[in-house]
Amino acid sequence: MYLNAILLALREIRRNLMRSFLTILGIVIGVAAVITMVTLGNGATRMVSEQISSLGSNLLILRPGQRMGPAAFGSAAFRVSDADAIRTQIWALRGVAPTVSRSAPLVAGNENWSSSVTGSTNEYFTIGNWQFASGRPFSDEEQQSGRAVCIIGETVRNKLFGRQNPVGAQIRVKNFSCPVVGLLVAKGQGAMGMDQDDMVLIPLKAAQRRLIGKPQDVTVILLSMRDGVDSSQVMTQIRRLMRERRKLAESEDDNFTIMDTRQIAETLSSTVGTMTTLLGAVAAVSLLVGGIGIMNIMLVSVTERTREIGIRLAIGALEHEVLLQFLIEAVALSMLGGILGIVLAFAACLVLSSVTQMPFDFDPGINLVSFFFSAAIGVLFGYMPARRAARLDPIEALRHE
Amino acid sequence: MSGKNDALLEFRDVVKTYGQGQTAFQALCGVDLRIAPGEFLAVMGPSGSGKSTAMNILGCLDAPTSGAYLFQGVHVERLDRNQRALLRRHYLGFVFQGFNLLSRTSAQENVELPLLYRGEPAAQRHAAARQALARVGLSGWETHTSAELSGGQQQRVAIARAIVTQPLVLLADEPTGNLDSTRSHEIMELLVRLNREQGITVLMVTHEADMSAYAQRIVHFVDGMVESDAAQPERETQ
Repeated sequence: MYLNAILLALREIRRNLMRSFLTILGIVIGVAAVITMVTLGNGATRMVSEQISSLGSNLLILRPGQRMGPAAFGSAAFRVSDADAIRTQIWALRGVAPTVSRSAPLVAGNENWSSSVTGSTNEYFTIGNWQFASGRPFSDEEQQSGRAVCIIGETVRNKLFGRQNPVGAQIRVKNFSCPVVGLLVAKGQGAMGMDQDDMVLIPLKAAQRRLIGKPQDVTVILLSMRDGVDSSQVMTQIRRLMRERRKLAESEDDNFTIMDTRQIAETLSSTVGTMTTLLGAVAAVSLLVGGIGIMNIMLVSVTERTREIGIRLAIGALEHEVLLQFLIEAVALSMLGGILGIVLAFAACLVLSSVTQMPFDFDPGINLVSFFFSAAIGVLFGYMPARRAARLDPIEALRHE
Repeated sequence: MSGKNDALLEFRDVVKTYGQGQTAFQALCGVDLRIAPGEFLAVMGPSGSGKSTAMNILGCLDAPTSGAYLFQGVHVERLDRNQRALLRRHYLGFVFQGFNLLSRTSAQENVELPLLYRGEPAAQRHAAARQALARVGLSGWETHTSAELSGGQQQRVAIARAIVTQPLVLLADEPTGNLDSTRSHEIMELLVRLNREQGITVLMVTHEADMSAYAQRIVHFVDGMVESDAAQPERETQ
């Protein structure tokens, strides 16, 4: 009986292919929207939370200028002595890495590439959670003398050396040449979508002299805190110290910014989470609207097929059989819509995640939930028209024009 | 006529009232009628005479307001909607004036429909439907949809659908009302043949005298009552 009813329903859907398609369009779009939103949202959340760990734990970034303000370029750089002062005066910090960086052309053999070249100390690696794939960090001698040696990221290795081990090879950076002493383990994309592995590291002194030409300047200072310290307290201490060292009067604003990366990442990830929920909810509303569309068409269909229902009742169809036929038809339609929606969502996620460079996490949970939700919508909105069909008086129905 | 216990269908003082209170309309005012197995009965009468109401009750599509309707001794008026549906499913076949085939559905599928509700397996359904179509002279037309068939052919498909379950009673409501006279006579001869060869009891509503001439017995309704009920001599069919 059930098999028959399913058969009848499918036959009816096939008979009205165009109308069936239009009927389920709402469900298709609704399901696709929900799945796409949630999947992309999950991808974005994961991306952000991965960045929390890839940035390094308990990381503070100190840079000159106001964060968003126009002063960013006008403010004076830090000095090496600023970094030293922070290191010696603030106990709660574990590591301090003064850095300067600038984009520079790189040449190795026949290959060339342009990348960000950063000068810093070995502390840079511990603060940023960098691991060495091969080679070594800078030696003390290299750090002291400012000799030009470099440690490169995975992307730079790829561009200049392909799959070869670069350690020992020579790279020409801007106008000086330096041997590669280390290769870092790839980290992937960073917080704002930039490639973290597209970088070259040289000793701070070498960068200050040869790249920037200002031997005492430091642009960004990376700081890592000890475990369990209160970041806002540490930030207040640093702020007080820097205001003092930069001789700011009471009335003046800070001309530097301290960022707590974990805080940023947490804010970002909770924002993304909220957005996902919101977009998912909006998409769910469209699913509901799709359900109403199905009810609408099913009601029209019952009216249109009144005579047919009359015939079925006259030749001995029971009430629940007619009910079942129309209910199954509605559920089959909505499930078909669910399946098409899942397919559409999969395609949309593939395209969107490759365009936005976000990871695509296929989430079977949301796919199943959406599918069963669409089936439930079929039952919910199919029941009323189906009951109307089943309750028809066969005599009236047969007389219906 | 047949004895009291031989009746296949029996009306006892059947009253059917539509509506309530002031607007109430009595379509049948106490009808007694006995139909024996194997009869070919024509129901005639002007519109509003109650003949359609009587047919609906006979066909178990409707229940009387008062009185009794016995189907093989079963009190149909005591059955609920679904029980009456089961009675129709197992013992009755219907042919309508407007054919009432499912559109965009092949003749074969139309004929199989009642078997589908009886839950018969597909192989049996197909065989029975082909057989029924052959009996009405439509072998080779199985895959045609109703739009591709003439009126006479559509009515044959409808008859095939009605007899595919091998019913006791075939109810035909103006089966020739939408057909020209040649097709009408063909349909009538088909009904007579089914009546004689298969022993199916045929109840037919008509207002055309040449159609009722095929029946063995003619019941005239006027104003909700049986005005005349007469047997007529057997007629030779070609």
